[in-house]
Amino acid sequence: MSTPLLSIADYSIAYGTVEAVHDIALNIGDSEIVTVIGANGAGKSTLLNALMGVLPAAGQVRFAGDDIARLEVEQRVELGMCLVPEKRELFASMTVEDNLLLGGYRVSADRRRRGMDDVFRRFPRLNERRRQLAGTLSGGERQMLAMGRALMSSPRLLMLDEPSLGLAPKIVAEIFRIITELRDSGVSILLVEQNARAALRIADRAYMMELGLFTLEGRAGDLIGDARIAESYLGISE
Amino acid sequence: MDGLILLFLLQDGLTNGAIYALLGFALVLVFAVTRIIFIPQGEFVAYGGLTFALLSIGKIPSTIWLLLVFGIASCVIQLWRTRYLLTLRSFIREIAGGIALPLAVFFLIRMLARPDQSAWLNFLLTLAIVVPMGPYLYRIAFQPLANASVLTLLIAAVGVHLSMVGLGLVFFGPEGLRAPTLTDISFTLGKLPFTGQTIAVYAVTLALTGGLYLFFDRTLRGKALRATAANRLGARLVGISVAGSGQIAFALSSFLGAISGILIMPVTTVYYDTGFLIGLKGFVAAIFGALASYPITAVAAIAVGIIEAFASFHASSYKEVIVFMLIVPVLLWRSLYAPQIEEDE
Ligand SMILES: Nc1ncnc2c1ncn2[C@@H]1O[C@H](COP(=O)(O)OP(=O)(O)O)[C@@H](O)[C@H]1O
Ligand SMILES: [Mg+2]
Repeated sequence: MSTPLLSIADYSIAYGTVEAVHDIALNIGDSEIVTVIGANGAGKSTLLNALMGVLPAAGQVRFAGDDIARLEVEQRVELGMCLVPEKRELFASMTVEDNLLLGGYRVSADRRRRGMDDVFRRFPRLNERRRQLAGTLSGGERQMLAMGRALMSSPRLLMLDEPSLGLAPKIVAEIFRIITELRDSGVSILLVEQNARAALRIADRAYMMELGLFTLEGRAGDLIGDARIAESYLGISE
Repeated sequence: MDGLILLFLLQDGLTNGAIYALLGFALVLVFAVTRIIFIPQGEFVAYGGLTFALLSIGKIPSTIWLLLVFGIASCVIQLWRTRYLLTLRSFIREIAGGIALPLAVFFLIRMLARPDQSAWLNFLLTLAIVVPMGPYLYRIAFQPLANASVLTLLIAAVGVHLSMVGLGLVFFGPEGLRAPTLTDISFTLGKLPFTGQTIAVYAVTLALTGGLYLFFDRTLRGKALRATAANRLGARLVGISVAGSGQIAFALSSFLGAISGILIMPVTTVYYDTGFLIGLKGFVAAIFGALASYPITAVAAIAVGIIEAFASFHASSYKEVIVFMLIVPVLLWRSLYAPQIEEDE
């Protein structure tokens, strides 16, 4: 097997002295959707933030074979990692267009122009709203903008933290369709979801997280059966 | 009071107000990007003005030594901080920015300092000395505190202010200095004379305001600074270095400070500690704009300048008091009606 795009081992993350994620291991290959599912408070967001370099972590982490443990966030972006965080973190006082431009802060002007066309093709809605301030968008539009902004950096690994959170089912379906499209165009996706069934439906592989540990891992199709049990005891209803 | 006096006072107020506006912009910018309430803003005014004054009598300002020290210190700190990530390219960049640049300025000044040197060249040389101090200072004193609270940053800013005033005394001595105007053009409109200095202030302020607007509205760098101010985590996630934004903000701060210092030299005797009071007036204006709005800051700065002009005409010994009293109603109004400024994210 070739080197995975992202691989972590013995990976622990603590807030001060309280450890939230304990000694986990995970691999993501090329053009693969990997999902991490688990209840609220399991440590999923913590994991994504640490992988992006926003939170400090202990253990090994390699991206495309290189040790990236000491890299700053902006250097990870430069390598092709990108996170759409749970709270989106848009530039509310700036226009949709400026948000997207800044998403391509690390790429050449030419790439930025092409990236913008690509985002507007995927999200025609954003094109209609390009002069509008990001802070005035609806929830679905904000999620589209957050994903569009992330795509502007031409990521090789896109990490999505609860992209369906608070969105109407129709928009969720749309977002998930775009996620599979991205995978098919060669982007690897690390998808974190509480909405386990929807995530497992589009994912290739899955990890289940409980209290900072991976308790189950396997092919997404195999886990769907398991997940039904899991869902009942996680108390997730769709 | 007759009409001419009124016009004189308005002109005087507008001229000073323009300077306060520049300083107010710098304070708003630095606070928005770094959350630092930048008390030492005025020190760049004194350093700029005094450096320019020394250059214009052909002396070599000893601030070039300070520039060297700042540059080397910031370079060493940065190399240490990034020791695990160092590449040949980043190493060369650090050496170029922290050591080669101040050395080049150092030798340039020694070559070009002459009593009959043109005022405009001295203007540029002054900027070459004072502007890099801004980013150096950020790296030395503030970058290590990037995640600290606003209060901690304020305390650090007070510390930097005190040490810069002290260094100012060491480098410039206790005497005040003045310097000639940048341009001798002057004309009279009706009975109101416009001197070279007033014209320079208006022209430079307008040009800088326009330039800053274009920078923030049109360039990716400028937008990145706005993005850092709007959402620091968001900015990091798109690959904007918050430390890099901080350095640019500080470069603009020292740039605006130094220019203000040069502009006031013909009409004000500047001492090593004069900057503080001038900076404080910019601060009053910036507070009107809640350290967030450039247009309100500009209008408030002009108002501060005009009120100060009238106060010094009618009650000159109370002039500073009257100006600083302005801040009380603003603070009251802000604390009653404005939403709390968010502490960290
Ligand atoms: N900023 C923080 N400081 C301290 N503890 C935190 C912080 N953020 C999250 N936690 C804790 O870490 C654990 C995992 O949280 P989180 O990663 O947000 O879970 P999830 O995203 O799976 O819902 C929880 O117990 C939560 O209380
Ligand atoms: Mg979460």
